Formats: sequence, C-alpha cells, structure tokens
Amino acid sequence: MRAARHAAPATLPIGSDADLAWVRQQVRQAAAELGFGLVQQTKLVTAASELARNTLVHGGGGQVRITPLDTGQSQGLRLDFVDSGPGIRDLEQAMTDGYTSGGGLGLGLSGAKRLVHEFEVDSRPGEGTTVTVTAWATPVSPSRPGPP
Amino acid sequence: MQVSVSVSVSVSEENAEQEPAAQQVSAFLERRREQIAQRWADAALFRTVFTVSRDEAVEAGRAVAAALAAVAASGRLDDIRASGFEAVRDQLGRMAASRARTGIDPDGVAREVAALREPAAELLRAEFEDPNGPEALECVVALTVLMGTLRLVVMETAVSASEELIARQREQLHEVATPVIKLWESTVAVPLIGTLDSARSQVVMESLLDAIVAERARYAILDITGVPTVDSLVAQHLMKTVAAARLMGAECIVSGIRPAIAQTIVHLGIDLGTVLTRGSLADALAYALSRQGVGIGPVAPAGTAPAADAGVR
Ligand SMILES: Nc1ncnc2c1ncn2[C@@H]1O[C@H](COP(=O)(O)OP(=O)(O)OP(=O)(O)O)[C@@H](O)[C@H]1O
Ligand SMILES: [Mg+2]
Repeated sequence: MRAARHAAPATLPIGSDADLAWVRQQVRQAAAELGFGLVQQTKLVTAASELARNTLVHGGGGQVRITPLDTGQSQGLRLDFVDSGPGIRDLEQAMTDGYTSGGGLGLGLSGAKRLVHEFEVDSRPGEGTTVTVTAWATPVSPSRPGPP
Repeated sequence: MQVSVSVSVSVSEENAEQEPAAQQVSAFLERRREQIAQRWADAALFRTVFTVSRDEAVEAGRAVAAALAAVAASGRLDDIRASGFEAVRDQLGRMAASRARTGIDPDGVAREVAALREPAAELLRAEFEDPNGPEALECVVALTVLMGTLRLVVMETAVSASEELIARQREQLHEVATPVIKLWESTVAVPLIGTLDSARSQVVMESLLDAIVAERARYAILDITGVPTVDSLVAQHLMKTVAAARLMGAECIVSGIRPAIAQTIVHLGIDLGTVLTRGSLADALAYALSRQGVGIGPVAPAGTAPAADAGVR
C-alpha cells in the first residue's frame, strides 16, 4: 500500500460490519502516518468505530470521508460520517450519556465527543446526519491543553 | 497501442482554419456521446460489469465519454493526471475491481479497455467527408492517444483496487474461531483476537459457557490482548459475557487491557467497575489459582509467561 494515498482525502463506504472493520483499519493507518501516538490513535479509532456504527445502524448506511489536515504547525485528521437516514430529532437527548433509542449503552455519540478535539453534528430530521470530528497529533508534551 | 505519439496532435497544423485535433476530438465526444455510450455498453468491459441492466452500462459509458471529452478539451491527451479523469476515476476503479473479482487478469482488463477504441474511432471517421483523409487521420491518432491514456488510468486504479482487496481479506482473516482452553482444574480461558462484532461475540459467549459447564469451571478468563479496539459495543459484549458466566457460577476475569485501551474506555464513559480485571493472562491465572488455594509462590512473571504466551498465540 502506498503511503501517498493518505496524503489525499479518501472516502470509504459504510454498509456492513466488514466495512466497519475496514474503516477502523484505514483510520488507524492514516493517524499513524500523520504521527499520532498510540493513545491518540486508539482514541480516534474508537470514536470512528462508534460513529461509523451509528451511520450503519441508525443512519442505514452511508460513508466516511477521511481528510488529512496540515496547518504547518500540527497535523490532524478530519472524519466526516455522512448518512441520509432519519436524522436526529432531539440532539441534546442523543448526546446524553446513556441515552439510546435501541439496545446500546448510549455512549457512542457522547463518548466519541470526549475522544476527539473537535466534534460537530449536523442533522436534519428526515434528511440525514453528518457527524464531523477532528483530532490533532499532539506532541508528547503534557503541557498542551487537551480536548475540552 | 502507443501512448508516446507525438505531442503535435494538440497543435494546429499548417491549415490555419483547422481546429486542433484534440479540440475536434473533444467536440466529437460531446456530440456523439450517446452513440458512443450505446456501443460501449455492448463491449466486453461494460457488458460484464453491469450485468443487471444495460441502462446502467450506457450511463457509465456516458460518464466515461464525458470525462474523455473534458480531458481532450484541456489538450492533455497523454496525461493520466489530467483533471478530466477525476470524475470517473472511482467508477473506473470499481469497474476494474469488479472485473478482477471474476478472475480476469490485469492484461485482460487492459485488452478490454483497448477494445473500446475501435467503436469510437469508427464513429469518428464517419464524421469526415473523407474518412481516410489527413484530417480524419490526425483526429483518429489523437483519439488513440487519449484511449491509451484511459487504459493507463484504469490499470492504475486496478492496481490500487486489488491492493485494497488483499488488505480487506487480511482484515477479515482476523475473524478466526476463538478456542476456549483449559488452563487448570476449574479454570478456563479464552484469548480473544481480532474484531469482536456481535456475531462473533455470540460465538465466544456460547463456547465459553459450554466450556464452563463441561469443565465445571469456577473461573473464566477473557483475555483481550488481541482485540485492537474496545468500543461501546465490544464493552457491552464483554459485560454480557461476564454476567452470563456469573449466572453459570463462574467468576470472570478480563485480562490484557492495554494502557491505551484503558484510557480510551474511561473517556468513552464505560464503567467496567463491576468487572474483575487483571493486567495479563498470567496475572489472571495466578489470581484464579490463589483463590482455589493453589500456592504458586511469588508470581515471577517469567515463570507463568509460557502459559500466557501459549494462550495468546
Ligand atoms: N447517524 C444517526 N442517525 C440517526 N440517529 C442517530 C444517529 N446517530 C445517533 N443517533 C441517535 O442517537 C442515539 C444515541 O447514539 P449513541 O451512539 O450515543 O448510542 P447508541 O448507538 O444507541 O448506543 P451505543 O452506545 O452502542 O453507541 C441513538 O440511539 C440514535 O437514536
Ligand atoms: Mg452508537
């Protein structure tokens, strides 16, 4: 696999459990190539796993766009999870720890938010949901402020 | 088919009123897009990829013809990076991958792409009063260069598509069966490796519960050293398994939670407080043994490591 492929954005389908495994694998690889540490990789991959599963289970499938970011000072990865499912009617409720409309733990959305630096949900009932997260590869210095 | 035909095709010849061949080819591809797409739909490449409906094949052919028109308009007939190809790069990749899945080799795909040239060239020649005159010839040469470039673009996407196929298969290999092993009297362990999706965790739970019954086990160790990601679904499966083992009268110990995963679980908000955990499989076994009154002395990690290694392999 050529490293150069990750310098450009990539779009992956989310339509099956096998796709979820592939998304996790590709996010991990992209994060590793951008210099994310092991803990950061694990956090981002876990957030991606939650959001991709929401796209599949609640959104009825969709896709994820993986975009490497480079500000010159730091390197990051942006992930856009897009579906055209039913949307989220009450976002505040959905973001509450433990709220689930199915049989889950209800920690996917709220937990993913805590695992990344930037988190945004754009959802219109009846039209679909886009969840965008960004994580930055932070230097190993503990003085840098973490995610809010 | 040669791609190295001279660049002069995009430069106007001595005849001043004559448009450059590349522009003429571009206009032709626009004007005759429908006819070209209809003919391509019956060519091997499109016919075998779009097996459900011919309309789909025609639609795909239109898209490819439009992309070629854009490339020709930009004059970059022999440039596989020409931006005009972007619109169809994904589609071409999927087509190549679909051909590859049927077992056809890359040469075969290349030949099928090459075979798209003749139907288009035939239509192109028919546009000229003299189909064999110099002007027609120049345009056919330009088209030939362009189709050669298309072939290279397809080959390139085919290569990356098959790389992806191999990597995907490798990922799925992770989903191997998970054996439950008896570590000691009354103690069973299951080393989990790979993705713990719902289907697989169901299998794990069932075989673990069976083993608890068969071995009359009082301790069951779930080792997750080989699980790369613990998200809320995996955690939920683990907790259900622990609860079920408890109902069978066995105490469950989860081992092998790596530091990065421990931190992630905490941020995710998962409470594993009710679950007994130990750092390694060896520690978990030492705990189970000590609870059964089996003295194994001070646990030297080196002493118990072989058992742990044998389990995780
Ligand atoms: N893409 C989406 N489309 C529609 N609804 C969604 C989407 N993502 C989340 N939701 C709604 O938000 C709720 C909370 O999502 P969250 O991921 O936190 O929990 P969950 O998926 O139910 O359980 P889990 O903890 O296993 O992820 C869901 O139950 C669902 O109703
Ligand atoms: Mg969820």
